[in-house]
Amino acid sequence: MAVAVEKKPMRKVAIYGKGGIGKSTTTQNTVAALAEMGKKVMVVGCDPKADSTRLLLGGLAQRSVLDTLREEGEDVELDDIRSGGFCNSLCVESGGPEPGVGCAGRGIITSINMLEQLGAYDEENELDYVFYDVLGDVVCGGFAMPIREGKAEEIYIVCSGEMMAMYAANNICKGILKFAETGVVRLGGLICNSRNVDNEAQMIKKFAEKLGTQMIHFVPRDNDVQRAEINRKTVIEWNPEVKQAGEYRSLARAIDSNKLFVVPKPLTIPELEALLMEYGLFN
Amino acid sequence: MLDGTTAEIRERQALRINPAKTCQPIGAMYAALGINGCMPHSHGSQGCCAYHRSHLTRHYKEPVAATTSSFTEGASVFGGLANLQQALENIFTIYKPKIVAVHTTCLSEVIGDDIPMIIERARREGKIKPDQLVMHTNTPSFVGSHVTGFSNQCASTIKYFSESSGETKNVVNLFPGWVEPADMREIKRMAKEMGIEFILFPDTSGVLDTGHTGHYEMYPAGGTTLEQIKAMGDSFQTIAMGPLASKAAAEELEKKCNVPSRLLELPIGLSNTDAFVNAMRLAGQVPVPASIEEERSRLIDMMSDMAQYMHDKKVAIFGDPDQVTALTQFLVEMDMKPVIAVTGTPGKAFEAKIKEICAEKCPEVEARAYSDVHFLHQWIKNNPVDLLIGNGFGKFVAKAEGNIPFVRFGFPIMDRVGHRAFSTIGYTGAMRLIEQITNAFFDYRDRNDPDEKIELVL
Repeated sequence: MAVAVEKKPMRKVAIYGKGGIGKSTTTQNTVAALAEMGKKVMVVGCDPKADSTRLLLGGLAQRSVLDTLREEGEDVELDDIRSGGFCNSLCVESGGPEPGVGCAGRGIITSINMLEQLGAYDEENELDYVFYDVLGDVVCGGFAMPIREGKAEEIYIVCSGEMMAMYAANNICKGILKFAETGVVRLGGLICNSRNVDNEAQMIKKFAEKLGTQMIHFVPRDNDVQRAEINRKTVIEWNPEVKQAGEYRSLARAIDSNKLFVVPKPLTIPELEALLMEYGLFN
Repeated sequence: MLDGTTAEIRERQALRINPAKTCQPIGAMYAALGINGCMPHSHGSQGCCAYHRSHLTRHYKEPVAATTSSFTEGASVFGGLANLQQALENIFTIYKPKIVAVHTTCLSEVIGDDIPMIIERARREGKIKPDQLVMHTNTPSFVGSHVTGFSNQCASTIKYFSESSGETKNVVNLFPGWVEPADMREIKRMAKEMGIEFILFPDTSGVLDTGHTGHYEMYPAGGTTLEQIKAMGDSFQTIAMGPLASKAAAEELEKKCNVPSRLLELPIGLSNTDAFVNAMRLAGQVPVPASIEEERSRLIDMMSDMAQYMHDKKVAIFGDPDQVTALTQFLVEMDMKPVIAVTGTPGKAFEAKIKEICAEKCPEVEARAYSDVHFLHQWIKNNPVDLLIGNGFGKFVAKAEGNIPFVRFGFPIMDRVGHRAFSTIGYTGAMRLIEQITNAFFDYRDRNDPDEKIELVL
């Protein structure tokens, strides 16, 4: 007789944030830390540039879902598009068209649908986490795909104390709000990827509070991240002893134990500007 | 079928029920078929092309050949470059047209395919040869309507091919607008009758009303030739009929080749045909021939004979703006009362124009652009009419309202055959309209009058 084993449901996480803020770097380092903790994690890169998994894979070794679709037609197998990375993590890249042609948004929809059809999320994979790493701003419906129809349930926004990063974070909250009204998606917190701005941690804490969420971790700026990247590795793989490795472990633990999932309350532009004034950016 | 329609009218913003318009590419496809030896090509998924072809076939009762880029999931992500290049190579190899007229679809518009760049690259890479002509027009259906697509195809054709050689010729360009092949024949007949040299574009007569010869011709003999389209740049004047369908092409020709244009309503009914004949007379510096005058007098005679049946009859009309506007004018001339005019095509000018036409005879007229047949039906429930005029979809409304007299007019008509064979343009066409309208009245009476009131003589 089969015995039902109680298993924690897979957590579905999407990482958003302004372009260039460090989403892919933060995602992969955090995933490395979760994997090190023994979690089974799949990363789905949702960026036409297909560079969301290079640190976990040790280079751009991955053939994207859409390239495979283009070259082999619709008869695609899961192993064609999913590779094993650092510490048994699983890596998938959506990929997309060349810059300036086609529809990258549709590409993401196509590739997530295909992953579902191929059973990438099925129970037998025993995944604890799936991470969607989505490019820059949510420019159209395609890039909102990971937060539609319950595909991702918790969102973390990577930001810094720079004005445009906070604008972008606020905008992304507007997107989440729209889908949260009818769906299960919730904001899990802000990840501050420090740019050494004055009063950065206090300002992001305050910003998070106003959005109704939390700053889940403050990741200090450290050149070890760049050193690891040059070596095509996450910090934890490159040198598990350095201080920055500990920061990513803390972030991973914070996410793993996070209980605060909210429908965000986006700020008005005057409110956001007042916040920036208060914390001295406009001095 | 529409028995559930309620009389209560609610203002709707985001919803159209039984629309009075269709896709842009249908218009582009129809206009492209008016070019001799042309293969219309739909840059999008197969379903678009299949629907557009069958819609035209059902209306014109002729096979409509058109090709498609056959978009798949992959093409919609990566863009349609590879599909279109392969398509062009195949089309010229297999079907050998003189020209391929590419029009876009909603999908290729939304993903932003750059058609001229794709054509240029195909040419540079030798996939299409220098003498193999390809043109394009943009036809997103979320803008305008099928009439916009027709207009875009006409204007793009001029933009691609008309040229001014520097020598002005004694020729008039005629843009007929979106009318039936029979109507195009009638315009040509009248122009010949007046002894004026002309080029008609587009011209679907001899393409979509061909005779039965026993063998299939993919490219029938009809259609405006590319030489003629090129030569339109040397004509001394353009007469463009139907503002929505023809204005863009006339303006393009004026801009590109300095050919001055006159914009007219479609020559439907008495005064609109008068305006056409007058414009032709002035252009050609010719007197109106007696034969045309005689046609006009016969129309006037029929109008007066039938006046007693027309007087103050309330008419509801729907369809495309150019057709509805011109026909409403004729209804007023016949002393009828157009009480409501509806089009699905957006554009506030339609409402103003209808109100202007009806100002004396029926100032209370309800004119609606960007509306639908459902609104028309609800309105009729509140304000019963004596006659309904519109395309084939009107029959469901007529039936639900107790089989009120209904005259089929416009596009599409998929349940009758006369429209493409017998013109409703010009004086004789107007006579046919009178025949159809009075027949509808008389049939209604014959069908519904009790025996003691049935009249042999009407």
